[in-house]
Amino acid sequence: MGRAVGTSVRRKDGDAKVTGAAKYIDDLTFPGMLFGATIRATIPRGEIVNTHIDLSPDYIVADYRDIPGKNYVALLDPDQPCLAEREVRHVAEPVLLVAHADRRALFGIDEQVRFDYRELAPNYDPETSETCFKQIAIDKGDIERGFRDAEVVVDGEYRTSHQEQLYIETNGVIAVPGDGQITVYGSLQCPYYVHKALVVLTGFTPDRVRVIQTETGGGFGGKEEYPSMLACHAAILAIKTGKPVKMIYDRVEDLLATTKRHPAIVRHRTGLTRDGRITAMAVDVLMDGGAYATLSAVVLSRGVIHAAGPYRCDHIRIRGRAMMTHTPPNGAFRGFGAPQTQFAVEAHMDRVAEALGIDPVRLREVNALRPGDSTATGQKLGKDASALPVLREAVKRSGFRRKRREWKGTNRGIGLSLFFHGSGFTGAGEVKLASKASLELTRSGARILVASTEIGQGTTTMLAQIVADALELPFAAIEVQQPDTDVVPDSGPTVASRTCMIVGKLLERCARDMRRKLGALTPAQYFTRHGAFTVTKQYEPPAGLAWDDQRYSGDAYGSYAWGCNVVEIEVDPVTFEVTPTHVTAVAEIGKAIHPLMAEGQIQGGTAQGLGYALLEEVVMRDGRMANAQLTNYIIPTPMDAPPIEVAMLERPYAHGPYGAKGVGEMPIDGPAPAVINALRHCGFDIRLIPATPERLMRARR
Amino acid sequence: MLLTINGRQRRLTVPPMARLLDVLREDCGLTGTKEGCGEGECGACTVLVDGVAVDSCLVPVAHVEGCQVVTIEGAAAAKRSAKALQNAFVEHGGAQCGICTPGMIMAALPLKAGASRDEIKTALAGNLCRCTGYISIFNSVEAALSPAKKGPPSRVALRRASAHARRR
Amino acid sequence: MPVDARTLTLQRPRNLKAALAMLAKEPTLTPIAGCTDVLVGLHFGTSDTRQFIDLWSLDELRGITSKPILRIGALTTYTEIIASPLVQKRVPMLVAAAREIGGAQIQNRGTLGGNIANASPAGDTLPVLAAAGALIVLRSASGERRVSFARFYTGYRTSVRQPDELITAIEIPAIDGRQWWRKVGTRRAQAISKIMMAGVRSPADHLRQGYGGQEAGRHSCKVRIAIGSVAPTVVLAEAAAAVLSQGGAIGDAQAALRKEIAPIDDLRSTGDYRQQVAANLLAAFWKDTE
Ligand SMILES: Cc1cc2nc3c(=O)[nH]c(=O)nc-3n(C[C@H](O)[C@H](O)[C@H](O)COP(=O)(O)OP(=O)(O)OC[C@H]3O[C@@H](n4cnc5c(N)ncnc54)[C@H](O)[C@@H]3O)c2cc1C
Ligand code: FES
Ligand code: FES
Repeated sequence: MGRAVGTSVRRKDGDAKVTGAAKYIDDLTFPGMLFGATIRATIPRGEIVNTHIDLSPDYIVADYRDIPGKNYVALLDPDQPCLAEREVRHVAEPVLLVAHADRRALFGIDEQVRFDYRELAPNYDPETSETCFKQIAIDKGDIERGFRDAEVVVDGEYRTSHQEQLYIETNGVIAVPGDGQITVYGSLQCPYYVHKALVVLTGFTPDRVRVIQTETGGGFGGKEEYPSMLACHAAILAIKTGKPVKMIYDRVEDLLATTKRHPAIVRHRTGLTRDGRITAMAVDVLMDGGAYATLSAVVLSRGVIHAAGPYRCDHIRIRGRAMMTHTPPNGAFRGFGAPQTQFAVEAHMDRVAEALGIDPVRLREVNALRPGDSTATGQKLGKDASALPVLREAVKRSGFRRKRREWKGTNRGIGLSLFFHGSGFTGAGEVKLASKASLELTRSGARILVASTEIGQGTTTMLAQIVADALELPFAAIEVQQPDTDVVPDSGPTVASRTCMIVGKLLERCARDMRRKLGALTPAQYFTRHGAFTVTKQYEPPAGLAWDDQRYSGDAYGSYAWGCNVVEIEVDPVTFEVTPTHVTAVAEIGKAIHPLMAEGQIQGGTAQGLGYALLEEVVMRDGRMANAQLTNYIIPTPMDAPPIEVAMLERPYAHGPYGAKGVGEMPIDGPAPAVINALRHCGFDIRLIPATPERLMRARR
Repeated sequence: MLLTINGRQRRLTVPPMARLLDVLREDCGLTGTKEGCGEGECGACTVLVDGVAVDSCLVPVAHVEGCQVVTIEGAAAAKRSAKALQNAFVEHGGAQCGICTPGMIMAALPLKAGASRDEIKTALAGNLCRCTGYISIFNSVEAALSPAKKGPPSRVALRRASAHARRR
Repeated sequence: MPVDARTLTLQRPRNLKAALAMLAKEPTLTPIAGCTDVLVGLHFGTSDTRQFIDLWSLDELRGITSKPILRIGALTTYTEIIASPLVQKRVPMLVAAAREIGGAQIQNRGTLGGNIANASPAGDTLPVLAAAGALIVLRSASGERRVSFARFYTGYRTSVRQPDELITAIEIPAIDGRQWWRKVGTRRAQAISKIMMAGVRSPADHLRQGYGGQEAGRHSCKVRIAIGSVAPTVVLAEAAAAVLSQGGAIGDAQAALRKEIAPIDDLRSTGDYRQQVAANLLAAFWKDTE
């Protein structure tokens, strides 16, 4: 058996995408459709005291009073209004909506609307902010004792900046009103998040709200929570006008208004013995949440849980805070807090190695988490704890030690990072989600019914592979239903590297049940004799998983994927430009269901991580993104892409489908610290990313 | 205005300064050409005009009067190598979310058989992809243009499969 | 916010003469060539011109010839420059600069005349043309004139070009000695320059009467250096070039250079960086052309 899993079958969505046949949201139209635009605040903080609108009657204008239900974007905290009423907390906060039948009639529409404000002094500094969205404390062992045992103590502060997801397809939705109901089509990751937000906004019963995901041109977390806001806007206009309303952001608006990765300040204090054993780790994590809570609490949570890195230490104290500032809200982005904190710990580890005068590989070998060790939250690791194997594989493959020796004192550098990433929701999250997945028998095989979305990462193909093998049917016999809340159960959001491990497992269970029920019959035979049937399964936590949300201790994740990156760079002594020349990316992901797609995730995430390390900077001026064009927000081009050599190791996870764990997010945790460590090897002391040439020039040692 | 798009003549009433991109998508219903920026940076809107790759967001429709315009929808009919490219993007992981893919394929289309990796990079330098890190895109184009390297199903995957086979 | 194309007009002359006549009548018309700047301006709503005149079909403005002086038509695209054996041979630094502009699609449409007329301080060909001592050929209904590149720009995005004039060609005199080009952009492609430098180092005995027309005999060599993105317009670093020409030390030349440029902080880089890197580029130029 096992014909599909583990092989790189032809992806299901491939042919439509390469021929231009795939329909993305902006490719759709509905009869009588209007276009919608958003009028946004232009100040970072204050109150709107007056509104002047100079528009002819063919424009339909909506404000918060047009919201039939409640005026907040339902997610975690009900703090963020869908349309500002009086208070403004950030530049680009939505205030009014305008609809018109002619798309072009909306160009320059914001010039026809003027607000009088009573301005208040904004605060952009999370350190001095008085509003804390979330505070988390993790304590393991006795930190005082850990420092008493230390012979050497190393301190350090590390900073990361905003990062934009920069999916190439901007955010967009179409809302289609019906009789007391609403349907929203859109480019989105989480149909049921949007559904929940629409139910609150409209006051409709859940069965009168329908959300359908269209082909989605990239998400990376940027279409996790933001589409709820946009869907609400389109719905308001659709309900008010009684017509379908399309809202597509142009690139500038998408950059100005939508969420970014949280900037972070992370402080480390680490106690060690002279031979490099960590005795104590104290970590302080401060994240800039922006103006509203959005997902800051959970981003912070994942950030702090990963803040001590993949290292064994008996005495750990981690403190985390997510603070409010008057900038557009920050939110989900691949890695979800872990890239920030693992950047810090991995950059710190190389400074520790330097302070002790030992080799950075040796330092990590001594301290890497091993099977049976426990993490910062006290989670005891199973046999699939692979920090050491990935480290050794990466060091060997890349010739790390030799290059490290030979390149010393030159403008070439080599650096590494060791990291891990929990798969699935944190703590009791998966239990609370109680995800469901269904499998429906068809005449020729089976149809997968889940809300998990294909956003390029290969969801439909990978889930179909799992089902095909569990059903003992050919891959082609498995169809995947486009996510539509009227048809598919809530299998949870497509985030947190959970789709393969959690949803894949649910479907595997569905398929095994279906297989048993079919007995000796083929689907066609069964279908003809008894008709279709559907199997639905709900998430059940693996036995023995325990999490204490008060003390923040226990089994934070079902399992972890492990990674090690080695980045080789060249620094131009004339211009301080850094060229990554080669990356070795080793990942242990349990099982590569589709090796080519898994490799694609690792390469894509690594490239995004290199951008994070070297190029990508959101220039904030007076609370506004000043470089909101693609020409000025710099992501890597084909010319900037180094070869990325991927090696995947497989230590199966007992509760994942065919042993699989998550793979989507982890690849972005490692590149930034590996780059910074390679720069350190070249003589540059960098503790803030992106490491632009301008910063390098000042950081020469 | 008389335009030839994918070999078919169309008479359209459009302003001369309208972006070719809008004319294709809105007036011709050819939505395979995508808009990622409208400022010439991302290449998602790439089409061929008389065989030359251009960003259709930066071409006023007046400039293509009397020219042959080819979009992703007409690529396979217009050029033999298009089918191989399209197939290779599926087989070698060149298309993930797919939004950059039509532009990538159109930008790769003028390349000659046997193009080197450097030539491929140069041809695609004006196309952004946020999903792949570009490597599988280079692999896809290379595989399509070099018949010798064609082979089932994907070089990359096989190499990887054996890499982790060793581990077990 | 984008400008609605329905509010834009486009005049389409059949030949250069007709174009010049239209411009003579309506000097407020804005010429369009490859539109890689014009349509970006309209997309962002940063340009307030609404009436255009199309040059794209004027074949008289295309082509590269050498009889005997190298003449590049204003409508010549970067792709054509890169492919031209004549330019490769005579002005390799222009080919190098053209290769690094935008990506393939931009090189296929962007024109040399457009780069000059657009007059961005970050225009990549400008330092090359300045260092090459190029002449800009301007033409209006009432005649043609040539302006030396060094005198073309009068300030930030302003030039001596009159509204009724078109750039018809760029003439580049023969260049002796070594040519050098380096662009420092925000990334490897699709990059606006943070700073770029073009340099020419001619041996003294091969000196010709170029721009500036200094007496040659006393100098060990003749040097021309032009830098972009460090001032409102391209800078000819004459003082630094003079130090090097007279056999001065590189450190002195760098000190002279620092006084000739006044780079600022912007979205893409800092004044400090540009100062430092300008000095580094000068040293690299000097070393590479030894
Ligand atoms: C994505 C992208 C990347 C880019 N990268 C670079 C880069 O790396 N380096 C760089 O220097 N530039 C770059 N540019 C800018 C642009 O491509 C160049 O300036 C190009 O040379 C402009 O030529 P064009 O023919 O497209 O000009 P157009 O946009 O047609 O015109 C530009 C200006 O010049 C005027 N004009 C054009 N031709 C004439 C003429 N013959 N006589 C009088 N006036 C004229 C027009 O009226 C207009 O004001 C980039 C642009 C984009 C969109
Ligand atoms: S949309 Fe034309 S280049 Fe991005
Ligand atoms: S495949 Fe998603 S942007 Fe390229």
